[in-house]
Amino acid sequence: MSFINYSSREINCKIVYYGPGLCGKTTNLQWIYNKTNPELKGKMISLATETERTLFFDFLPLALGEIRGFKTRFHLYTVPGQVFYDASRKLILKGVDGVVFVADSQIERMEANVESVENLRANLAEQGYNMDRTPCVIQYNKRDLPNAAPLDEMKSLLNPTGLPEFEACATDGKGVFETLKAVARSVLRDLKQMSG
Amino acid sequence: MRDTQLVMYDEDYRRILGVVQRLVRDANAKGIFVVDRNGQLIAEAGEMRGVDTTSLASLTAGCIAATGGLAKLVGEEDFPVHFHQGQRDNLHITLVSHRIILVVVFDDRSSLGLVRLRVKKAGGELAKIFEDIQKKTERQAARGGTPFSEITDDDIDNLFSV
Repeated sequence: MSFINYSSREINCKIVYYGPGLCGKTTNLQWIYNKTNPELKGKMISLATETERTLFFDFLPLALGEIRGFKTRFHLYTVPGQVFYDASRKLILKGVDGVVFVADSQIERMEANVESVENLRANLAEQGYNMDRTPCVIQYNKRDLPNAAPLDEMKSLLNPTGLPEFEACATDGKGVFETLKAVARSVLRDLKQMSG
Repeated sequence: MRDTQLVMYDEDYRRILGVVQRLVRDANAKGIFVVDRNGQLIAEAGEMRGVDTTSLASLTAGCIAATGGLAKLVGEEDFPVHFHQGQRDNLHITLVSHRIILVVVFDDRSSLGLVRLRVKKAGGELAKIFEDIQKKTERQAARGGTPFSEITDDDIDNLFSV
């Protein structure tokens, strides 16, 4: 749910990175954090376990620039990917304006990808969102690994409706900003449409 | 039902600020923060300079969300009041109208009883203000009068052209 503040002339939006455990959601945020000018970003918060698995969420506030005199600020969140953290995922999806689904390209993670995208659809529906009408982009991460599944297979399994999609290798930044820009653009277009 | 967006105008902000500035004095608080349930900072008052307010807002919302989940597990709708006691500073967190979070930071110049008493009155005032904001937002949305209705696809693309 976006927040438009006329007093500080700011538009605030919430983007959630979703996907199965260890697919690279936190790595996406870390790359964005490391490569963004200090004046455009806030502190990155990671609520993680001792083994650095996301326990509740990661959070990164980011400024993207101005539109018609309004500063656009995006709050990026990740969800914990592990199956048993579903209650936390539902909480983090509340008030979301856009979603990045990060898929793990490794062939042995395909079932986890499918389960996670179905979980996303169900959890969005529980919050009153229709996934097909919510700004959403798909990122096929870890494309550099030798056991990466063929892209066509991933597309047919995870993106039958033809959402914007990007290949990525988040550890070296490939595709990370392209994905972020696409979802941010999609969120702003959606808000414009909702405003009539 | 998907949440509607929150649109706050300068006059709304001034009304909110008036309430929290008075609450700082009445409760002898160090600082007060008004946060949207989704983690956006709306207003702040008091003497707490240098606090990372963006993180504070996000973590407060996460805290309220997590305890809200706990509440449902035990058959409650919400736990609307939280109190965190520290060695020097304490946090009193209240959920107002299921949507707004009022955070009061106080030390031994005040007391939990005083904060509770003053928050109750201020919470009622904030609830009324946000009810008005919500109604206004809905009227504006019906008329298509938000900044988004004026922006063009070029404006959006220009944001990413650098």
